[in-house]
Amino acid sequence: MEQKPPILSWQSGALFLVPAFLFIAVFLLFPFVWIFYLSFTNQTLLGANAANPQFVGFENYARLFDFDSWLNRGQFGSALFITAQFVIGSALIGQVALGLALAIVFFRRKGILRELVYVLVIFAWIIPDVVVAFSWVAFLNRDEGTFNAILSRLGFGRPDWQLEHALLSVILFNTWRGTAFSMLLFSSALATIPPSYLETAEVAGASAFQKLRDILLPLLQGHILTDLILITLWTFNTFSIFLLTAGGPAYRTEVVSIYTYRIAFQFFDFGQGAAIAVVVMLINLALALIYLILLRRQSVYT
Amino acid sequence: MSGIQLDRLSKHFGSVAAVDEVTLQIQDGEFFALLGPSGCGKTTTLRMIAGLEKATAGTIKIGDRDVTTLAPRERDIAMVFQDYALYPHMNLLDNIGYPLKVRGIPRAELQQRVTEAAQSLGIDHLLNRRPAQLSGGQQQRAAVARAIVHHAQVFLFDEPLSNLDAKLRVEARGFLKHLQRQVGVTTVYVTHDQAEAMALADHIAIMEQGKVVQMGPPLEVYHRPRTTFVASFLGSPPMNLLRGQLDLAARQVRVNNAAISLEQFRGWDRLVEHAQQNVNVVMGIRPEHLTIAQHEIPQSLTGEVYAIQPLGAESLVIVQIKGEPVSVRLFTDDTPQFSGRVWLAPDLQRVFFYHPDGELIA
Ligand SMILES: Nc1ncnc2c1ncn2[C@@H]1O[C@H](COP(=O)(O)OP(=O)(O)OP(=O)(O)O)[C@@H](O)[C@H]1O
Ligand SMILES: [Mg+2]
Repeated sequence: MEQKPPILSWQSGALFLVPAFLFIAVFLLFPFVWIFYLSFTNQTLLGANAANPQFVGFENYARLFDFDSWLNRGQFGSALFITAQFVIGSALIGQVALGLALAIVFFRRKGILRELVYVLVIFAWIIPDVVVAFSWVAFLNRDEGTFNAILSRLGFGRPDWQLEHALLSVILFNTWRGTAFSMLLFSSALATIPPSYLETAEVAGASAFQKLRDILLPLLQGHILTDLILITLWTFNTFSIFLLTAGGPAYRTEVVSIYTYRIAFQFFDFGQGAAIAVVVMLINLALALIYLILLRRQSVYT
Repeated sequence: MSGIQLDRLSKHFGSVAAVDEVTLQIQDGEFFALLGPSGCGKTTTLRMIAGLEKATAGTIKIGDRDVTTLAPRERDIAMVFQDYALYPHMNLLDNIGYPLKVRGIPRAELQQRVTEAAQSLGIDHLLNRRPAQLSGGQQQRAAVARAIVHHAQVFLFDEPLSNLDAKLRVEARGFLKHLQRQVGVTTVYVTHDQAEAMALADHIAIMEQGKVVQMGPPLEVYHRPRTTFVASFLGSPPMNLLRGQLDLAARQVRVNNAAISLEQFRGWDRLVEHAQQNVNVVMGIRPEHLTIAQHEIPQSLTGEVYAIQPLGAESLVIVQIKGEPVSVRLFTDDTPQFSGRVWLAPDLQRVFFYHPDGELIA
């Protein structure tokens, strides 16, 4: 890479950075340091420890990683496990894979079907969370819900989705909710591929599968990785399940973000909550690093 | 074994007839150029031969097979695009070998055939590189190597040299023609560069607004352009075209107040026939068929010297006759020394007369 002279001198460059830096310091850096500190105390909202919290060392962390009860419902390990299922189901298989599939299926196609699918998918993405959650609750309701009305008409009975398939239904919800982003990202990435690439392959004799495997997917590699980073992190931290199930029934959809919320803001155990937040942050960091390393390692050919 | 026949081939985009009833016979093994200005339908014709564009009407035959409705991969062709379409994520070996790979050719044979193809184009030392690490000329050769590697029956080229600089382009013409002669594969070559088409092709077809207006060996088309469009498209500079009026009684043509006697003109009878309806004609004369003099000579036009361009083996003198530029080509070693008023005498054996609509009369 050729080194180009910067547009600004570093002094004026620094000046431009100051507002952003202040913002980050106040709203990101400071809370982070504070949370880190809290996670080593037994600070609570009420009671004796609220006024003068004590330093408890790694006790909060030890409680999180108490492997005897780790995987019991409502414990940290269980929340992590549910989150993993949720991320794999709704982020990787759901949003990324489905978004990629939709983008490829409708690549260079025109027509009413494409428009219809795109509008529906994007619509699911732009309506506000609360509205969506409410309509899903209504949609999946056992006795009055539209979905079961359809199913029972077709002779499939009336399963109680929120009870019997709680995790599956939130995975479907989140997939439906977020696929638009991946689909749009991949659509626009596909649009930048010169038509002659595929036409050359076509003339050379490549089948549709070969074109996909040898040309489209390798060219989309960078976009796929970027999308994976974003979607994984978003899904890992999403809280909107709360609107749908509040983590229930019996903690069966309690992902880490809801677990944190319960510990910190329902039990008001701030020290414990802070410890969870720190662990979650580290997991996020690790995920982001893995993806960034992959992205860097992925050969640079442009 | 695999000539190409286009029979009243058409392509309409909405109401636009991009290609309009094109009929062409391309002989087996020949180098055929489709030449024409931007937007005349060259690429569309080529893409229909490749199967990348569906014909609106008409048929395409490659060899004895009617391929009009076949998919590109069933046509046994190879195509080189203007942007080369080398895959940025593959090295040259994989790029050139891709047509072999999709045919399931074993890796060892693939490597050997790619190396052979690359050798014949002088790029075998670059097989490990990615396209981004190559110069434009090397990329162009790689794209050609990919086209020859699987021994297709037909090569299709869409302006493959237009991204190269002038010097490389002339060089590439040489190796393309040499290569085509070596492999002897029927080749259709699209270009808007008349010099390229003339230099490369056995036959050229000139297109205008979706139609083929003239077809033949390059020199035949050059020496006998059937319309003023063809005349003004071939040659650099192209044929001079001057408006004039026939004077049947005096057996003359008057061009800008000069009168040139047509006693000796071979096609006088046809001019007479034309003049029954219309005395207006367009006189066409190539720059190399004008004699220039600083003094008055018989049967000549007169004008002012506008510019002199020495080009090495030849020189061009641009003369303005009543505001219209007329080019004269001179084969001299020195820069021609003309200035002010000069006289130009056309070689009457080499003059053409066209209908004001553009059709050749004689
Ligand atoms: N996909 C398309 N949709 C609509 N019109 C098209 C399409 N492709 C080509 N055309 C039109 O068809 C005509 C012929 O186009 P074509 O690309 O064959 O020209 P060309 O001779 O190759 O020109 P150039 O030298 O600029 O490449 C043009 O008027 C063009 O605008
Ligand atoms: Mg073109």
